[in-house]
Amino acid sequence: MTTLLEVKNLKTHFFNRKKVIPAVDGVDIKINKGETVALVGESGSGKSITSLSLMRLIPSPPGKIVDGEILFNGTDLVKLTDSEMCKVRGNDISMIFQEPMTSLNPVLTIGEQITEVLIYHKKMSKKEATRKAIDLLKMVGFSRADEIIHDYPHRLSGGMRQRVMIAIAMSCDPKLLIADEPTTALDVTIQAQILDLMKELSQKTSTSILIITHDLGVVSDIADKVLVMYCGQVVEEASVEDLFDEPLHPYTVGLMESIPSLDGDTDRLIPIKGNVPSPDNFPQGCRFAPRCPHAFDRCLQEVPSLMSLDGKRSVRCFLYDKEEATV
Amino acid sequence: MTAMTENKPSLSNDKKSEYLLEVNNLKKHFPIKAGVLQRTVGHVKAVDGISFQVKKGETLGLVGESGCGKSTAGRTLIRLYEPTDGNIIFNDQNISKMSEKELRRSIRKNIQMIFQDPYASMNPRKTLKSILSEPMITHNMYNRKERDEKIAELLDRVGFNPSFINRYPHEFSGGQRQRIGIARALALNPDLIIADEAVSALDVSIQAQIINLMEDLQDDFGLTYIFISHDLSVVRHISDRVGVMYLGKMMELAPKNDLYGEPLHPYTQALLSAVPVPRKKGEAVRERIVLKGELPSPANPPTGCVFHTRCPMAMDICRKVAPNFQEVKPEHFVACHLYQDK
Repeated sequence: MTTLLEVKNLKTHFFNRKKVIPAVDGVDIKINKGETVALVGESGSGKSITSLSLMRLIPSPPGKIVDGEILFNGTDLVKLTDSEMCKVRGNDISMIFQEPMTSLNPVLTIGEQITEVLIYHKKMSKKEATRKAIDLLKMVGFSRADEIIHDYPHRLSGGMRQRVMIAIAMSCDPKLLIADEPTTALDVTIQAQILDLMKELSQKTSTSILIITHDLGVVSDIADKVLVMYCGQVVEEASVEDLFDEPLHPYTVGLMESIPSLDGDTDRLIPIKGNVPSPDNFPQGCRFAPRCPHAFDRCLQEVPSLMSLDGKRSVRCFLYDKEEATV
Repeated sequence: MTAMTENKPSLSNDKKSEYLLEVNNLKKHFPIKAGVLQRTVGHVKAVDGISFQVKKGETLGLVGESGCGKSTAGRTLIRLYEPTDGNIIFNDQNISKMSEKELRRSIRKNIQMIFQDPYASMNPRKTLKSILSEPMITHNMYNRKERDEKIAELLDRVGFNPSFINRYPHEFSGGQRQRIGIARALALNPDLIIADEAVSALDVSIQAQIINLMEDLQDDFGLTYIFISHDLSVVRHISDRVGVMYLGKMMELAPKNDLYGEPLHPYTQALLSAVPVPRKKGEAVRERIVLKGELPSPANPPTGCVFHTRCPMAMDICRKVAPNFQEVKPEHFVACHLYQDK
């Protein structure tokens, strides 16, 4: 399999007069062609900032990619100029967001918003673009596509708007689709439709997907590989089967134990104690140590690195350190 | 009245002890106004004839997708909205027609509510202390000293440091604010708490803390909950019985293990199958019933059974006749023609 995107040691920090806020602090991601990778974490874990950094959409100031490389098909996106980046966005990499209403323009029709992308990137004529727009809308499941293109976003329901967003995102056959909480605002039955659609499209067009979510159910439904983020760092990386079969990092374990099960009866939930620390005041040592039930002295002083275990999965925790085991 | 009440045998004697709340054929229609004269041109039937009972000390879960009327039902129950029709019997008193004054004197303090966004439901310019003492002052409970004691006790109960009482809501995190919301609801020693999406805005690790807290409080104070949520897993965890709503109607109501283990209504089946579940290695992929189309508008609900437009099992009769909500197994109520013969 060929690597499509490789992010190395990405650091996106925010600056204000007094402090540096390391929202994303050394993240590595590798996405192969046709692969679906999920980025999971709670609010404040830096997962959305990571995705915005990939698209170079971090408002600067206050934010800045201070270190790292984003290699997309071999080109480092961090080094591109703004105008070069514009050619990548929406064309090679496209993005869908959580709230489709705020990302669609309320005063333009659906048709205008889809054709805009095609005319800009693919240099199509208006007529061609309209024909393509109708095809795209049909592809995402609209039966009356030729009528929908004349409608305004407010006439559509949340699920339909998200389909339009997907149609726009897929319009230039992107190699990578970044989906930031694409189903969080939707009801479960509509969520099921959208997830099925994304799976189908990625199989058909072999588009890679980076999905950002807090919902472990969605992850297990759609992803091949999972990265668990906590406090701006990846704490665990594994294939979806391995992760749900045997989560290793205490944080991942904690997340799974916090969720009530739909099938069985959990007597009592086991929450993770405490709160997510604020990014301007991360604890020393392992960032999860203050909430970790297994923390020992070393965790409070030293920062663990993301250790690879038998080449298949990696975890950022001293519990799995070989040195520690021999002691 | 509805099939449901008919099916309950001889309640007249033990009714007093068993049910804290009884809702019969509750309706809430919102008028749609249009034109210069703001004439009523139609109604949004947000809640359209639901009936259920809540036993003392139990948790009744209400689930459904957005727009199904679950929140409107919760708000109408405590008369934040005036019911269009139907009866709400709380502690053997019919509160659906009670005057505001009478409500405030005898009912309000016994039913409290916890909201989804605790920050939006608190005055940002008031300290924690005044937020918690306000309900007690309004209801003339306790003198100043007793109030301070009560607040200290409440804060301790929801896991707060007593030194926090002079802080403002913005100084707390989402989970902490929800604890304040819970403490405020508890301040008046209510019998019934209606929790409307109380944990939906929280991260999962915090959500688990709040759910555990609510369960502990229920045991300690003998509280009764109506837990409204769209999250089917959370509802299963916390509830004793669960009701499923769709377009203002109750589709199915049953003890949780019956409802989740053997859902009868096609809508419940589809809803449960749509929830993505973390799956372990080797576990079979669950068959998913994907519903076609979108939720119809409650201003113009389909005729007959409101679900027939999306139902995979719809028959001719479903398009014409609305099914009764009836008991098909002990304590298992369902509104569907598939089970009507019984």
